[in-house]
Amino acid sequence: MAEFFVSESLIYLAAILIGLAFLLALFRFLKGPSTADRVVAFDVLTIIGITAIALLALLEGRGIYLDVALVYALLSFLGVIVIARYLERGL
Amino acid sequence: MMSMSPLITGITVLLCVTMLGAAVVAIRAKAMPIAILAAGLVSLVASILFLVLASPDVAMTEAAIGSGLTTFLFFFVLARIRAAGHDDAEMDADSPDGGKNDGVRT
Amino acid sequence: MMASLLSVIGGVLLVAGAAFLLLGGLGLVRMPDVFNRIQAGTKATTLGTLLSLAGIACLQPAWTLKLALIGLFILFTNPLSSQVLARAAHRAGADKSPLTAVDLLAKDQLADDPKGDRA
Repeated sequence: MAEFFVSESLIYLAAILIGLAFLLALFRFLKGPSTADRVVAFDVLTIIGITAIALLALLEGRGIYLDVALVYALLSFLGVIVIARYLERGL
Repeated sequence: MMSMSPLITGITVLLCVTMLGAAVVAIRAKAMPIAILAAGLVSLVASILFLVLASPDVAMTEAAIGSGLTTFLFFFVLARIRAAGHDDAEMDADSPDGGKNDGVRT
Repeated sequence: MMASLLSVIGGVLLVAGAAFLLLGGLGLVRMPDVFNRIQAGTKATTLGTLLSLAGIACLQPAWTLKLALIGLFILFTNPLSSQVLARAAHRAGADKSPLTAVDLLAKDQLADDPKGDRA
């Protein structure tokens, strides 16, 4: 495990950057003037959430957490498709 | 959780603030799709929060049911209501054009 | 020695991916209209997520298969969902930035689909 601590500060820096990205996308979600803006912000929040889940799995050292990221990688796609079909009145 | 690292604590605080903001949007939004999206965001954050609490099975269920199935179901029902001709499901009550532009030329 | 080099490479890849995610979020806040936000919000975050997953795969080589599966899903589905969303926003008549020079999709739809009922 000694090699693992070489890049621990880099992992912390990455976590802080991901948190800032989450805050920026959340700002667009809270402010976004139209529904399409909020859908884009929701998509970006889901993708940032996938990265955060993978990083959390790395921090805790448990590979089973990656299954949740896999579920989200499928669901974000389906969710955006359904919302887009709703917005263009094709549902 | 006696020995939470500062990083995990920071992630938890950020997720809780996000959850509160999304819940306020879900309550106060005028347009129904925005409220549904905000409810989906609450589920997303709750799922990551369950993961922080070291329960991946609950997080997976929350991801599949709360963030996936409920959102889809709400949008399908909203499309059905809109097809039945009610005004509750108009897409952009707070958009700049006030939902006047229906988009599709029928 | 080899494992140490791999972990440093993984950390650098992870920070690069997080920086791309941050740039994507910044573009999401700063861009003027929906279409530019879709550009910034999906391309930058796709690259950022793939780089981050590659960095994690370098840090924990036993997880490579599952991380590659997640990366493959994101690589396939994210451009598709952004395209569908952009088409929906265009069809719903989203406001364009005043700097928009040309709108080829509207011209195409007027040219060969005057009723506009193509799904």
